[in-house]
Amino acid sequence: MVPISYYLILSAVLFGLGVIGFVFKRNIITIFMAIELMLNAVNLAFVAFSREFNQLDGLIFVFFVIVVAAAEAAVGLAIVMVIARNRKSLNVEDVNLLKF
Amino acid sequence: MEFVTHHPVLVVSLIKIAIALFVVMTALAYLTWFERKVVARIQSRWGPYWVGPHGLLQPLADGIKFLFKEDIVPPAADKISYVLAPFLALALALTTLALIPIGPATISILGQPTQLVISHSNVALILLFAISSIGIYAVVLAGWSSNSKYPLMGGLRSSAQMISYEVSLTLSVVGVLLIAGSFDFYDIVGGQSGHWAHFFPKWHIFPQILGFICYLTAAIAETNRVPFDLPEAETELVAGFHTEYSSFKFAMFFMAEYANMITVSCLATLLFLGGWLSPFPETGAWRWQLYLPAAGLIIAGIGLIVGGLRGVQLSAKLVFPVLGIVCLGVGYLCTLPGVMPVIQGPFWFTAKVFFLLFFYVWARGTLPRFRYDQLMSFGWKFLLPLSLINLVVTSLVVVLRLR
Amino acid sequence: MNIAMLVFIACGVMAIVGALALILAREPVHSALALVLVMISLAILYLLLGAAFIAAIQILVYAGAIMVLFVFVIMLLNAGEEVRTNVSRLAKWVGLPLGVFFLVEMAYSLFREYGNRAAATSGAAAPDPRLTQQLSMKLFTEFVLPFELTSILILIAVLGALVLAKRES
Repeated sequence: MVPISYYLILSAVLFGLGVIGFVFKRNIITIFMAIELMLNAVNLAFVAFSREFNQLDGLIFVFFVIVVAAAEAAVGLAIVMVIARNRKSLNVEDVNLLKF
Repeated sequence: MEFVTHHPVLVVSLIKIAIALFVVMTALAYLTWFERKVVARIQSRWGPYWVGPHGLLQPLADGIKFLFKEDIVPPAADKISYVLAPFLALALALTTLALIPIGPATISILGQPTQLVISHSNVALILLFAISSIGIYAVVLAGWSSNSKYPLMGGLRSSAQMISYEVSLTLSVVGVLLIAGSFDFYDIVGGQSGHWAHFFPKWHIFPQILGFICYLTAAIAETNRVPFDLPEAETELVAGFHTEYSSFKFAMFFMAEYANMITVSCLATLLFLGGWLSPFPETGAWRWQLYLPAAGLIIAGIGLIVGGLRGVQLSAKLVFPVLGIVCLGVGYLCTLPGVMPVIQGPFWFTAKVFFLLFFYVWARGTLPRFRYDQLMSFGWKFLLPLSLINLVVTSLVVVLRLR
Repeated sequence: MNIAMLVFIACGVMAIVGALALILAREPVHSALALVLVMISLAILYLLLGAAFIAAIQILVYAGAIMVLFVFVIMLLNAGEEVRTNVSRLAKWVGLPLGVFFLVEMAYSLFREYGNRAAATSGAAAPDPRLTQQLSMKLFTEFVLPFELTSILILIAVLGALVLAKRES
């Protein structure tokens, strides 16, 4: 049997890799995908804990995380499309009009 | 041998997978033959005739041709996606077949009792939809990775169509789920057993006729078949997303399309047409129906022998009588008491799937195709509201009956 | 070493390889495909943890719809090859070892806390046949308010996406 700490460590590793991707990548869409990776890592932790304590609340939360991620992806990508149209580039460093 | 005794479930699953793959690949090949023959007859011509008796070796010839054609890879293509797309399409199309049961019986292979399904899951229906929703990636990747105008447009159009009709597809099935109360195929088909007034089968198509029509339309659109095949029609977009594919990769897309057709027909049979249940009641007066598989095979065998001996082609004279004798042998096997109860389920299941596949091919030979904007507005503005109305009415009826 | 452990290690390796490919890939489409691989391996892990319905929902919604949206947008915006970032030397030579150390420390503390729990309760569990029923009962009684709110949220998201992405004509 697989101890639950293995699942949590995997979730932590994925989350860390998501943070690295979020900080170091330049393409807006890739940054967005790193955010989705972080959400997935959190989902894994929720499902693992739900199994551990034999409660269903974790799974309900996973359900809501997936739904909210869908809504967020839709609006976020629409915003990305508008940015790409206006700044003619997908580099996040080119979105610097409000820079001091 | 120790491996067999230590892991019986694994070995039995591998045997079932091997049998299922063999049966499905043969069925795929002869489905292409069947389609060409039927479409040709609808168009008043013969269809494949010369390769083997009545064109029966045509799929073999096509397969050999695909294997030996030159495999051209466009130089500017994105190598990973280009190679991944056809494999993904075929792998996903064949994976969905692991969830489909063909009969209720429990047979025993190698001493291990097993059901007539490769993987019995209690969320089988939603897993099936999940696996087929990943099939969209194959189309999108194929179109994009070819790095050329026509495949890109074809791929984007095709995948947009698939996504749009996938919504109506899943919604039209929810009505059946409300009546059956479970995602498990065994429960859904079990809920369709029994007859009204002792002769009308309680299949889900009768209360859910609107759902069935929505499902069939959405399924034809989902598998990119006529009348919804604009993204891959030759006169419109060369060959759509598989323009730049040649030889074996193209054959894989081809096989994936037919495998999707088979999967969708199997799903329609399980959900709406009563799966493996026979349309005749199970009472004593109807016991003659147990001999139907045997009778059908024996009649087919006699027909093959007579037709072969009277045929014009020499190959027909030689091959068909042999096939006829094989059919007679299998028909005799079906009358044996060990085989007869087990063969009933798969027989009716195969008959219904065959009927639905014939309907698919019939639609292909008869209907003109939709223009792309007509297709999209049909999917979103007509089919989706129709499925939603079906869902609302079904849930109202279910709630009112519960009270 | 039983089958559950084997499946966990295989899916764990697949997920980590996918996450690394997400970060290290040069084309955004390859990153998107790597993320789909991560999601599918996570779905298999959910199956291993006994949540079959959640696994199906993850593939159906997350990998089959959200990521398709990502891939579409990448293709429509013609996102070309990624520019290589000049990662500062501080980040490479100090940040990475510190990150690995943090990870090892987290792993150690997690293992110390949860590793002692009887492994019989965790690990490969047979999928609960009544999971869907129980989940839906909970969803529609205890959590009905968040459920209705998320439906409004999705409606707002659809309207917002439509309005934002429209071309000024």
